[in-house]
Amino acid sequence: MNYSWDWGLLFRSPHIGWIAQGFVTTIEMAVLAWCIAMTLGSLIGTLRTLDNPIAKRIGTLYVEIFRNVPLLAQLFLWYYVIPELLPASAQKFVKRDMADPQFWTSVVGLGCYTAARVAEQVRSGIQSIPRGQRSAALAMGFSTAQVYRYVLLPIGFRTVIPSLTNDFLGVFKNSSLALTLGVMELTAAARQIEEYTFHSFEPFAAATVLYSCVTLLVISLMRVVERRTRIAGNVGTAR
Amino acid sequence: MSGFDWNVILNNRGLLLQGLAVSFQLTLVAIAGGMALGTVLAMCRLSRFRPLAIAAGSYVNFLRSLPLILVIFWFYILTPQIVGHPIDAYSSVLIAFTLFEAAYYCEIIRAGIASVKAGQVNAGLALGFGQFHVMRYVVLPQAFRNMLPVLLTQAIIMFQDTSIVYVVGVRDFLTAADVVANSNNRPVELYSVVAVTFLVICFTASRLVGRLQRKYAL
Repeated sequence: MNYSWDWGLLFRSPHIGWIAQGFVTTIEMAVLAWCIAMTLGSLIGTLRTLDNPIAKRIGTLYVEIFRNVPLLAQLFLWYYVIPELLPASAQKFVKRDMADPQFWTSVVGLGCYTAARVAEQVRSGIQSIPRGQRSAALAMGFSTAQVYRYVLLPIGFRTVIPSLTNDFLGVFKNSSLALTLGVMELTAAARQIEEYTFHSFEPFAAATVLYSCVTLLVISLMRVVERRTRIAGNVGTAR
Repeated sequence: MSGFDWNVILNNRGLLLQGLAVSFQLTLVAIAGGMALGTVLAMCRLSRFRPLAIAAGSYVNFLRSLPLILVIFWFYILTPQIVGHPIDAYSSVLIAFTLFEAAYYCEIIRAGIASVKAGQVNAGLALGFGQFHVMRYVVLPQAFRNMLPVLLTQAIIMFQDTSIVYVVGVRDFLTAADVVANSNNRPVELYSVVAVTFLVICFTASRLVGRLQRKYAL
């Protein structure tokens, strides 16, 4: 293998700026999409545990659609297809006036995709709670909303924190797909450096290290959170 | 938007079906390779020989921390350098998928083996079974039943993930649709068809997995 290594190129301008900018974009996308995913996912997951059959069906429909279409196809739908189906005024906004459309489309696409996964976690968290808790709360005179707010959701979320961590890491890694729409995130920055310098190993190594470091950091951080929020009496994660 | 044009799909159905075949082919090869390598990795992780367990664990955790797209790019630039001559994108993608999925399969298989209660192993040993026979007749049959639904679900996820080969230009289903969409300027029709096709296939498959799970659950 003859390859002239030049690690210095990573630190030369403008390359270092591209990587830094790409890294920030990746984090931004992951965090924003995660906010959408948590909000929408908690709502959909809760819907699926209600006794109302219509609410249940809406939740199931959402999860099945967003889980069974590849993320890349979903991004293409959001970016190329959905704007065509909008009414004229909305179409004009999306196509002409919206700032940074690739970025925001990716955030929404990633968020809605991950929401289906979050919904499943929230649902399994709520369903893992013994029926007696719900009955006891209802017997004490709580309304359904209060049962969820004060009993089911707090316990449910705490049981599924490890799975939610996985889903967050999922959205962080999946944000790399935004490069297909032209968003300059971390992987795209690595590719751009490759195209300009004909050095492929160094930029991709830099991206690899950054992705691994964030993953490691999130995992260690969440381990602390898991310990702090562990429900007394449960086996929890053995470590 | 002008009306939905079915002809563009009918006229290019050969290309699209070819793409779908490539997606299936990729999935099957990656399942076979990923499961074989994943089993070896799982055995290594459960091994009492510490260095082997640590090496396998590091491999799995490292690969799981990376986006698939990055792994695909890595093998796209790495394999030609290693073998010393240019190699087609399809082969590099196969290698990437196998090595990437092996990390995920390893975790599933390991969890399956770990899900078998220690008492089962003790009972087997007490009955006079050797280590190998306990594994073969007591642990693995139960482990396999426990992990079968997850293994199949992972296969469905992988089938969806094959669409990512788009980034290196392998003609899978999505890429074929993209080519047709661009040459005919019909993105709405083509991407919708891709989404609906995946939805139907993956939804049916996941329903079948659910039925299987209920039938074979211990």
